[in-house]
This record gives sequence, structure tokens and C-alpha cells, in this order.
Amino acid sequence: MPKDQGIGASSKRREDVRFLTGKGQYTDDINRPGQTYAYFLRSNVAHGKINGIDTSAAASAPGVVGIFTAKDLEAAGGVPCGWQVTDKHGEPMKEPKHPILAEGKVCHVGDPIAAVIAESLNQARDAAELIDLDIEELPPVIDMRAAISGGPTVHDEAPDNICFDWDFIADNKEAVDQAIAGAHHVTTLTLTNNRLVANAVEPRCAIGEYDAARDEHTLYTTSQNPHVIRLLMGAFVLSIPEHKLRVVAPDVGGGFGSKIYHYAEEAFVTWAAKAVGRPIKWTADRSESFMSDAQGRDHQTKVELALDENGKFLALRCETLANMGAYLSTFAPCVPTYLHGTLLSGNYTTPVIHTNVKAVFTNTVPVDAYRGAGRPEATFQLERTIDKAAREMGIDPVELRKRNFIAPDAFPYQTPVAVQYDTGNYGATMDKAVAMADLDSYAARKTASEAKGKRRGLGIASYIEACGIAPSSLVGALGARAGLYEAATVRVNPTGNVAVMTGSHSHGQGHETTFAQVVAEMLGCDEANVDIVHGDTAKIPFGMGTYGSRSIAVGGSAIVRSVEKIIEKGKKIAAHLMEAAEADVTFADGQFSVAGTDKSVDWGTVALTAYVPHNFPHETLEPGLEETSFYDPANFTYPAGAYICEVEVDADTGKVDIASFVAADDFGNVINPMIVEGQVHGGLTQGLGQALLENCVYDENGQLVSASLMDYAMPRADDMPSFGVDHSCQTPCTHNPLGVKGCGEAGAIGSPPALVNAVVDALSDLGVTHIDMPVSPGRVWAAIQAAQN
Amino acid sequence: MYSFDYVKPGSIDEAVAALQAEDAQALGGGQTLIPTLRQRLAQPSVLVDLGGCLDAGVASQDGGCRIGGGATHASVAASADAPKWLRAVADGIGDPQVRNRGTIGGSLANNDPASDYPAAVLGSGAEISTNARTIAADDYFQGMFETALNEGEIITGVTFPKLEAANYQKFDQPASRFALVGVFVGKGAGGVRVAVTGASESGVHRWADAEAALAGNFSTDAVPGAPSADGVISDLHGSAEYRAHLVAVLTRRAVAAAG
Ligand SMILES: Cc1cc2nc3c(=O)[nH]c(=O)nc-3n(C[C@H](O)[C@H](O)[C@H](O)COP(=O)(O)OP(=O)(O)OC[C@H]3O[C@@H](n4cnc5c(N)ncnc54)[C@H](O)[C@@H]3O)c2cc1C
Repeated sequence: MPKDQGIGASSKRREDVRFLTGKGQYTDDINRPGQTYAYFLRSNVAHGKINGIDTSAAASAPGVVGIFTAKDLEAAGGVPCGWQVTDKHGEPMKEPKHPILAEGKVCHVGDPIAAVIAESLNQARDAAELIDLDIEELPPVIDMRAAISGGPTVHDEAPDNICFDWDFIADNKEAVDQAIAGAHHVTTLTLTNNRLVANAVEPRCAIGEYDAARDEHTLYTTSQNPHVIRLLMGAFVLSIPEHKLRVVAPDVGGGFGSKIYHYAEEAFVTWAAKAVGRPIKWTADRSESFMSDAQGRDHQTKVELALDENGKFLALRCETLANMGAYLSTFAPCVPTYLHGTLLSGNYTTPVIHTNVKAVFTNTVPVDAYRGAGRPEATFQLERTIDKAAREMGIDPVELRKRNFIAPDAFPYQTPVAVQYDTGNYGATMDKAVAMADLDSYAARKTASEAKGKRRGLGIASYIEACGIAPSSLVGALGARAGLYEAATVRVNPTGNVAVMTGSHSHGQGHETTFAQVVAEMLGCDEANVDIVHGDTAKIPFGMGTYGSRSIAVGGSAIVRSVEKIIEKGKKIAAHLMEAAEADVTFADGQFSVAGTDKSVDWGTVALTAYVPHNFPHETLEPGLEETSFYDPANFTYPAGAYICEVEVDADTGKVDIASFVAADDFGNVINPMIVEGQVHGGLTQGLGQALLENCVYDENGQLVSASLMDYAMPRADDMPSFGVDHSCQTPCTHNPLGVKGCGEAGAIGSPPALVNAVVDALSDLGVTHIDMPVSPGRVWAAIQAAQN
Repeated sequence: MYSFDYVKPGSIDEAVAALQAEDAQALGGGQTLIPTLRQRLAQPSVLVDLGGCLDAGVASQDGGCRIGGGATHASVAASADAPKWLRAVADGIGDPQVRNRGTIGGSLANNDPASDYPAAVLGSGAEISTNARTIAADDYFQGMFETALNEGEIITGVTFPKLEAANYQKFDQPASRFALVGVFVGKGAGGVRVAVTGASESGVHRWADAEAALAGNFSTDAVPGAPSADGVISDLHGSAEYRAHLVAVLTRRAVAAAG
């Protein structure tokens, strides 16, 4: 019988009651008394010098409350970057200022130049049209290769447009070069990881409010991490002390990374609310999201994999150009470096690895972490290259991977790229995936496809990822300017129900359900008695928020630690009530008992007594039942798995249909299987969306060609097959109390190479060896033509 | 959106009169016009909603059918009075929301180079009626977003002839799901017509070589190889060569499906 409560139960998502009945409270649902509206006038050229901004006509337009440009914000700092990478010469990365409003020049289409605040949004837009801009266009640089080979300079601080040139691990370079030079076989692949737009269903929104009587600022914003925004904006941009600044991130409709970062619009509305003395709301429309939300991926890489005659991997060399866009977004520098270089060992025993990453400025929207962040790029390189190697050497792709998997008894496994995997069993997930995919009858399915005039292809991919992003000591050594622990306060109310204040932030993941299950399991109570509070710096302890699949592994562990402290305190109270020794009190199923006796008190009595402490020994026992923990783990967690994709390709039109897709993931212990399955479905859809459909394209002038959903192809339900999902292969994480690993990004990491491998398999007899993502019909057709000619 | 006045006349005459106002614009289902207004790409003084006066019916007529200018895509797709090939065209437009509001009059007046109805109208040799006249399909389509309509002229209906065999093949642009290329093949009293949408920089057009080849031999084997890629649209979704190739592929498939 499956459980219906607690850890392991597929409890229904309690938050869905409000989401599905239209009762969610998103930032744009909030309206403050006296609220005004901001509209940002944005650059329509990719690169230009601002010679003048004449706002005089706009200032007298109906309803205008204020118009601001960079000169009004001279006292404010730039939008900061939260991660510093040191380059191969020991120099810090180039970090040009990212002003709130453009200072003297514009660096990408969408760069905000002026902000109009008016009584209504329409009036703000009308007035913005009256602003007279004198912008002298400069030649833009869009292509990364052009940028690093003498193209126009985006920022004077980086004349060659290189933000940093990073070697990892520099000491391995010689060994890698030697191994490649002497290898039996070297497989080389040059590939692009296409730029993506996150496209959360809820566009970004920010409301600034200032209470002059209390000298307090409040920012309501669409954020994945309100405390991070409070820290970055308060300390580095606006110099507002944190006790005078509250950041609220209420219900948030999807983030996928794009809502981690501190954005200029947030700082502006917070600052300007004081300047105009009224609350200010800004809500992006979809077009604005396309040109102002940080975008994802955009790497160009050359991979070389050396193998011996048995297919054993000997060495790996990767050279990557990583697009930073026009400015450094909050976590941009860590994506192509420590979230990418550290994953190049994959699931394999490759003894030596070297990578070089050049981060490049271009006149495009800033690029930062997007679901998976660095790990999809690493996985795509590895799994595409391994697939090509298998074909070149005539080894079955499953077999080639198995020959190189880290053995289950080799953990903890120290990779040659700094990280140490705590546990895993890659053969188990591969076997599971092979069984789920029913590969025995693949030949029959291929024949059936051919009878319909279609080509069928089979694609295999393994992946590993490092998530549960923490520990502070490790990320600090790697350049993070913040710690990466998580915090939780567990408050037991006098009548025994529980409020959990977590630093994690749910923007669709279902934390309110999952976290309650953990607490209910530990306290032996009904889930309904546990409430999860998140998203408001005035209510929760200082937390780092949600990204990098860290919420259950780090945030959940902080909750566990606090509940453990609650139980310890409860034992003290129970010992007092039962006049027993504390050491003799045990806690199970909501009862405190004295071991070896029939004495017990229930949870409710202990909770009530905590707040009605009529005869507590106050020297040894404080009233109250509330505990806070900050959990900083010992390591990342390392989910891994194997994915198998089958496609049908119509060679006449180039159209690819995903015939089937199975995913066998090892997430360690699973709290809510239904929610985990949903996370995998979402991740797979985003990964397959990247592989099949999505592409963010700029023309040579820096205009965003895919600037709306009419040209940027988001995956729709009917583009996806019915997924086969399994998470029964479990090697629990060895260092966190729940043995959990995190499941939010896996699907997006492992699925793109599985799909591309399948498409290449379908077309390999025509001579096709690679197609860059997205494998759109036009590209598939062109690849066939190119291979045939 | 800029502000505008709104009127909903009760008769075609009143609507024609209302459209005489400077910068007045007709409003059909609003599926093209409203997004345009929201992006501030148009600034009409008054929107003249045709919903109060335009025939929205579908009726069979002489083996073909007559469709009111205000008929929604959904009502055409669902009508037993429309031939199957036409119902399929309507059913393949956009999504349910778009089909429930968008009208045939609006689609033809707009003449988006990737839209579906223009291919069916041109490929079947239909006639477009307005408040003032009847226009043959061959005279109506004049390039991307260009038509024979005069300022203020209202499409009141479309008459589709009886066809012996007809089929529309649409290959979706992956993002918008308008036609990346669409081909309508119709065989009727007037011979074989092949109309292509989505491909040409000058909008919907007939493919004369294919028509000539199919006139004598209505079979997939007769369909010529890909037409020239000159003047064919090239964008991030497909090169001119790819689109030209699709024209031939889809024509073959339309002939096969038309039976
Ligand atoms: C998401 C989406 C997907 C779509 N997908 C497709 C697709 O796959 N294929 C496709 O073909 N189309 C597609 N469309 C367009 C859709 O078919 C529109 O309905 C159509 O193009 C316009 O019709 P409408 O009635 O909405 O006209 P409106 O938007 O109201 O008007 C469009 C233009 O026509 C004029 N007009 C309207 N009615 C008349 C009339 N009776 N006489 C004269 N002028 C008139 C208006 O003044 C305006 O200039 C899509 C639209 C959307 C929003």
C-alpha cells in the first residue's frame, strides 16, 4: 500500500487549489494605494552612443509623475555580479559597470534608457513616445568569433571583448595534450549550444513602495530568492540598510533561472518610489521579457575525446566560447566555468580532462543560468561526442558508455575536475532505461516506421549533474561572493500546529506540499497541520532561495535540522511533565514516552505547555517551541540517469517527431513521487524544447529576430510524447539527512543529447554526423542535402 | 494600445458609412487587429465592429458553398454545409481560441502571406463579395498583405465552387503554426489549380507549372520538381531553397490526398 501521508506519499499539491482556481497572488495582482506605473524606454539599436535625451515634451504629457535617466541615478551603484572568476593569468574577470539606466551608451536592444512614471501605463507609454533620443549608432558585435577577433568593442574595459580566459584544470593540460596526440582514436566534434529564452508564463514584475513615516522600503518582485535581492540591491546598488528594506516574492509563475538575478527594473522602482513619493508598478509585457530577461546557454565548443582500441576514454579536451551578452548578470560567470568545467567527467572514468573557456561580451541581452545552467552544456558535449565515437569505432552506444562508467563500488569518486561524487550507480539507470525502452523490439518498430516512409532513430544519453547548490566553503573557493547554505525556522504554535519559515522559494515546484510531508513524517502529525511560509524577507530567516535543484537537498535539510531541534526541546518539556530523565524520553508517532514505562504525553500537551509554562524550571528550560537552523552541506549532490529517445524523421520535409522517450533517474530518496515525476516531465519538455524547437536568434545588427512567440518556438503538449519516467534506482545522497539529491534540472540536462543522438542515428546512413540544435525541419533537410552533396 | 472610439453598426450600409471617417478601421474577430493595436502598431480613430451586421452563416450552394464574411473559422470547420476540404482548411487555422473568433472576412482582408484561407480561395477559384462588387480570386490577391479591396470596402461573403477533388497541405512554422508553406490543390470545372501560401515574398500565388502538368495527368508523378527559389521567403525557420522544396513535396501530398 502506498502511503497517503509523509515521506514517499504522492500527496496532492496543496498550492494547486489556489493556482487552479485563479486565487494565486502574483506580484501583478498586488496593487498599492496611490500606485503609479513605470514604463521603460529601451534601446532599439544594439550599440550606440547617447548624445542626448530630451524629456521636456514628455514631462508635460498628461498623467506624467516623473521621468528619470542615468543622471538622476548618479548616487546609485551598478547592478552587481555575484560571482568572480579569475582567469588563467590570475587576473580577475573584466567587470564593466551595468548601470540601472544606460549611461552614455547603449549595449543591446532592450537596454533601458529612460523611465517614465505616470498615473496609468498608457500615459507612461504615450509620454515615452515624446522623448527625443539622440543616439549615434556604433557598429555592434553579435557573433562571438567576430567579437574575439578584432570586432567592435562592447566595453572599453575589455578591448578584445573577453571577460575572462579560463583554464581548468591548468595542470592537466599537458597530460591531455599528450594523451590525445598518442591515442588510438580521437573523436572531434564542434557544436553549438543554442541560446534560449526562459519564457516563464508570468512575466517579470516589480512594485516599489516607500513609507516615509517609517523610512522603510518595500519591493514586491518576481524573484526566486528575495533575500539575495535584498542583499544585492540594498548593499551594492541603493545603499539601503537591510532592516529598512523588505523584499516580497509572492506567488511566482515559473523562473527556470531567469528570476534568480537582480534586475535593473527592481532597483529602479525601489529607488524611484521614494523619489516620487508613491508606489510604482512595472510589469513586463512579453516583448519586453524577450529583450530584458537574462537568456540561457549560447556556447560554442570544440570537443576532442581520446579513446584506446577498446573504447576506454583516455582524455577529454574542450574549448568553449561562452556568450555573456552585453553585461554580466548576477551568476553569469559561474555558468560556463564551475557549473560546466566541473561536470566534464560525466558518468565516466576519463582520467584527464582539460577545458578552456573564453567568456565573451557581445551586444546582446545578458546570458545567465537557465534550468541546468552549465551542466546541460557539459552533458551535451560529452554525450554527443561519445555517440559519435561509438559510431566511428563501431561500438554499441550503450556498451561504450558502460565500458567507461564509474563502477558502483568506486564511490566516493574523485574526478579529475575538482568535484567528488559521493554515490551513484550508472549501470543501474542505464539497464533500467534500456528495459523501459524495450530495445529488443526496436528493429520491428524501425521497420514499421519505414513502411510509413519515415526514418526511425534511437538516441542514448547518460547524464550526471551537480546540484543542491552549496556548500559555502566550496563555492567561496570558486569565486562566489555569497554563501550557499539554506535556513529554516520551525515554529510550533500553542495548539500544536506548525509554521515552517523557509529560505527556499517555490515558484511552481510544490514546496508547500513536499516540505510539509517531511515535517509531518518527522513529527508524526497530519500534513494539514503544517504550513510552509516563504518569499518574504520580513517573515523568513535569511535564506539563499531556489535554483540549482537545491531546495529539498539544502532547504529541506535545514528544515530537518530545525525539526530535530524541536523534538529535542519537546523531549525536555516532556521530561519535565513526566518527571523523567530527558535521556529516557523517546519520541515516536506524535507521542513522547519514557522508555520502559507506560508513561507518555502527547504532542499537543507538550506544545501547549511550551507556551503555558506555569512551572518550568526556567534556569534549564525556556518557554516556547521554535527553532532555526542554517544548513550548509558538505558537498553538492549528484543525481544521474540514463535517457533513451526514439524519433521518426520525415526525410522529405525534415520534420522530427518524438516517438518515445524514457527517463531512468537516480534522485536518491524521493519525498513525493508525483511531484518528482512532474518536475521530470517539465525538465524533459524544456530540454526537448531546446533540442527540437527553441532558438533565440539575433541578426547581424543585433536585432532580436525571434522576439515573440510567433518566431520563438516554445514546446507545446502535442510536440511531446507520453514520457516513461522512473526513479526506482536510488543511491541516497550520503551527506544530507534526507538522502535526497534534487530533481528539478535533470530532465533539461539529459534530454537534448538523447534527442539529437536519435536524429543523427536516423540519418547516419545518409552521411549525417551532426546537426546543431534546434533540429528544426529546415536544418534537418539542409543537413541531408549537405551530406548527399 | 492607443485610445479609439468603438461603434457596432446594425447594417452593412451603416458600417460602410462609419468606415468613411478618417482612420476608421473595420473589426472582424480581432485576432490580427487587436494584437496589432496592443503593440501600438496601428492607431485607428474608430473601430467599426462588423459583428452586428455581417452574415456569419455557412450555406451549401450549387455543390459548393457560400460563407458569410463574418463566419468564424470554427463555424466553417463545424458546418455540414461546407465541403470537407474547406472544413479541413478552417480547422487547421491557429488554435481553438483563434478559430472561435477569427473570421474569413478578416483573414482575406488581412492577406497574411502565411495564412491558410487565401490558398483555399485562390486554389479553388472562389469569389469574394463585398458591399460593392464581386471579385474573382485571381484578381483579389495582390501581394503580401495587399488586396483589391478599396478603402472602407467590406467583405460580405465568399462563394466556393464545387470541386471534384481538392486538398490543402499545411506544413506548420514551428512557433506560430501559421503555414511555413501551404499548398492547396483543386480540380474542378475550371481545370486544376495549385495555390501556394507561405513561400513567396509576393504572397499567395498559383504554381503554373504544376497546374499545367497536372491538367493532363492528375497524379503525384506529374508534379514537377521544386520551383525556383528566387523570390521565395527565407528566414530563421527555413531557407528559400527549403521552402521551394516543400512546395513540391506538399503539392505531391495534396494531389495524393485529393484522390
Ligand atoms: C495565435 C494566432 C494564430 C493564428 N494562426 C493562424 C493560422 O494558422 N492560419 C491563418 O490563416 N491565420 C492564423 N491566424 C490569424 C487568424 O486567422 C485571424 O483570425 C485572421 O487573420 C484575421 O481575422 P479576424 O476576423 O480576426 O480579423 P481582424 O483581426 O478583426 O481584422 C484583420 C484585418 O481585416 C480587416 N477586416 C476584418 N474583417 C473584415 C471584413 N469583413 N471586410 C474587410 N476588412 C475586414 C480589419 O480591418 C483588419 O485590417 C492566427 C492568429 C493568431 C492570433
